[in-house]
Amino acid sequence: MDVTLMLWIDAALTLMILSFLYRDNPFYKFAEHLFVGVSAAYLMAVGFWDHLVPNLLGKLFPALMSGVVPGAVGRSPDYYYIIPAVFGLLLLTRLVDRWAWLSRWALAFIVGGAAGFNLPRFLDSDFIIQVQSTMIPLVVLDASGNLIWGASFSHIVLVLGVICGLVYFFFSVEHKGVLGHVSRAGIWVLMVTFGAAFGYTVMARISLLTGRMEALGAWLGSIF
Amino acid sequence: MRLFPTTRIPRDLPSSYARPRAVLAVSAFAAIFSLHRAVSAFAAVSILLRGVFAFAAVFALPHADPVFAQAASESGWFNTDRTQALVLGIILTGAILLYVVLASAGRPLFIRKIAGLDTVEEAVGRATEMGKPILYVPGLNDMDEVQTIASMNLLGHLATIIAGYDSRLHVPVRKSLVMSVARETVQQSYLSAGRPDAYQEDDIHYVSDAQFAYAAAVDGIIVREKPAACFYLGGFYAESLILAETGNSIGAIQIAGTARPPQLPFFVAACDYTLIGEELFAASAYLSKEPRMLGSLKGQDAGKGIAIVFILVGSALATLESITGSETVREVSEIVLWLFR
Repeated sequence: MDVTLMLWIDAALTLMILSFLYRDNPFYKFAEHLFVGVSAAYLMAVGFWDHLVPNLLGKLFPALMSGVVPGAVGRSPDYYYIIPAVFGLLLLTRLVDRWAWLSRWALAFIVGGAAGFNLPRFLDSDFIIQVQSTMIPLVVLDASGNLIWGASFSHIVLVLGVICGLVYFFFSVEHKGVLGHVSRAGIWVLMVTFGAAFGYTVMARISLLTGRMEALGAWLGSIF
Repeated sequence: MRLFPTTRIPRDLPSSYARPRAVLAVSAFAAIFSLHRAVSAFAAVSILLRGVFAFAAVFALPHADPVFAQAASESGWFNTDRTQALVLGIILTGAILLYVVLASAGRPLFIRKIAGLDTVEEAVGRATEMGKPILYVPGLNDMDEVQTIASMNLLGHLATIIAGYDSRLHVPVRKSLVMSVARETVQQSYLSAGRPDAYQEDDIHYVSDAQFAYAAAVDGIIVREKPAACFYLGGFYAESLILAETGNSIGAIQIAGTARPPQLPFFVAACDYTLIGEELFAASAYLSKEPRMLGSLKGQDAGKGIAIVFILVGSALATLESITGSETVREVSEIVLWLFR
C-alpha cells in the first residue's frame, strides 16, 4: 500500500480515537467498531492458521495439510488428537439448545484442568520462591565484619514489610489489638508500593503517547 | 500441490506477513460485517479454536515439548528434586481440606470485613432506582487463569442480587470461553433467584480478543449506556486505568479487584472500592458465607501463618549465621532453605 495513504489512515484513526477525550462522537464510534471488527477477525484468522491448522488438522491429516504445515510432510496421523477435536466440537453444542448441556463437559475440563495445572505453578512462584527470597539476614556484615547499614536497613524493611502485608491478608481473624496494628502497617506498605508502581507505570505510558505523537508528526511532516 | 493459494511475500517483509489470501478475504469480510456489531458469529468460531487449542495443548504436551519428553524419560513419573514442593503442597492443601471438613461439620468460622463488598447490594439498588444497567468486566484473561475463575464466582453472586432487583446486567467479554462460562453462571443465578425470564443472553457478549479494541469497546459502552455501577473484577493489564477513568467520568459507583499488582494503583486511584490481591479470591466466600468456602479461606490463612513462621525462623537463622559464622547454624539454615528450594 502507498506509504502516504497509510500515513493518512494512521493519522485519521489516531485522531478519531483521541477525539474521545472531548466526548463520544461518530468518528470515535467508527474507529472503535473498525478496530473491534478488524482485530476480532484478524485474531480469528491467526488462531485458525497458527493453532487449529498446525496443532490439530496437521496432526490428524498430515498428508492433506502438508502444503500448509511444513512439518507434516511424511508424518503419520496422530489419532490422540481426535479427543481435543471432539471436546472442541462439544463447546459448539451451545449453539443448539437441545445439546447445549454437552458443552459443560468441555468447560468443566478446561476450568478443572486450569486449576490443577496452576496449583504447582503458583505454589512455586507465589509461595516457595517468595518465602525463600525473604529468608535473609537482618544484619549484613562485610568481609571484615563491619555492619553495612544500608543493606541491613533494606533487609529489615523487606522482611517486616512482607510479614505486615501477609497479616493484612488474614481473613479469618479480626484485625484488632496487635494484629490490627500490624495489619494497618501492612496496608501502608501496600499503598507505598502502589504509589511507586503508579509513578513508574505513568512514565511508561508517556512513552506510548510519544509513539502516537511521532506518528502524527510524520503525517504532518508529509503535508508540510 | 498447495491446498490454499497464498499471497506473494515481498522480499523486505518478515515471513509473518504471509497470510493466505483466503484469510485476508475472511478478515476483510469480517471487518465490514462487524461494523454492524455482528461479532457473535466470530465468538462461536473463536470458542471452537480456543477449545481445540486448549485440549490440543494438554494432549500434545508429552509429544510436542522435547523438554517435557526428556524430563519424563529421564526422571520417570516422580521427580525427586521436587519432593519438598510435594510436602508443602500436601501441608497447605491438607490445612485447607481440614478446615473445609470442620466448616462442613458446622463449626462457625469468622471472616473479617472486606471494604467494598458490603456496598455491592447498595450499588445494585442504586442502579435499579436510576433505571440504569450494571456493567461487569471480568478482566482480560481466559478461563485458565484463577482470577477469571474467581471473577465468575463473583459474577454468579452479583447476578443473583441483580435478578432480585430486576436490574439489567451487561457483561462484555474478551475471551469466547469466558463468555460461555459467564452465560452459564448468570443463567444459573437467575434460575436460582426464581427469575429465569429476566435472563438476557445477549447482554453477555464477546467483543474482541485484542486488548485495546476491547478497551475501546467497553469505553464506548460506558459512555453510551452510562451504567450506575461498574465492576472490574479479574485479571487486568494496561487498560485498567482507561476503563476505570471512563467509569469515573460518568459518576458510576466503581468496585474493582485484581491480583495483578501493577494494575492495583490505578484501580485504587480511580475506583470507589478496590479488592486488593487475595481479597478478590476471598470475596466469593465473603458474599456467599458458604461453610466450605469459609473453610477454604481459613485453610489459606493457615498457609500464610506457616509462611510467616518460616520467614521468621529463616531470617533469624540467616542473621545468626551472618553474625556468628557458626557451622551448626549454617547447617540448620540449609535444612530450612531446602524446604523452599
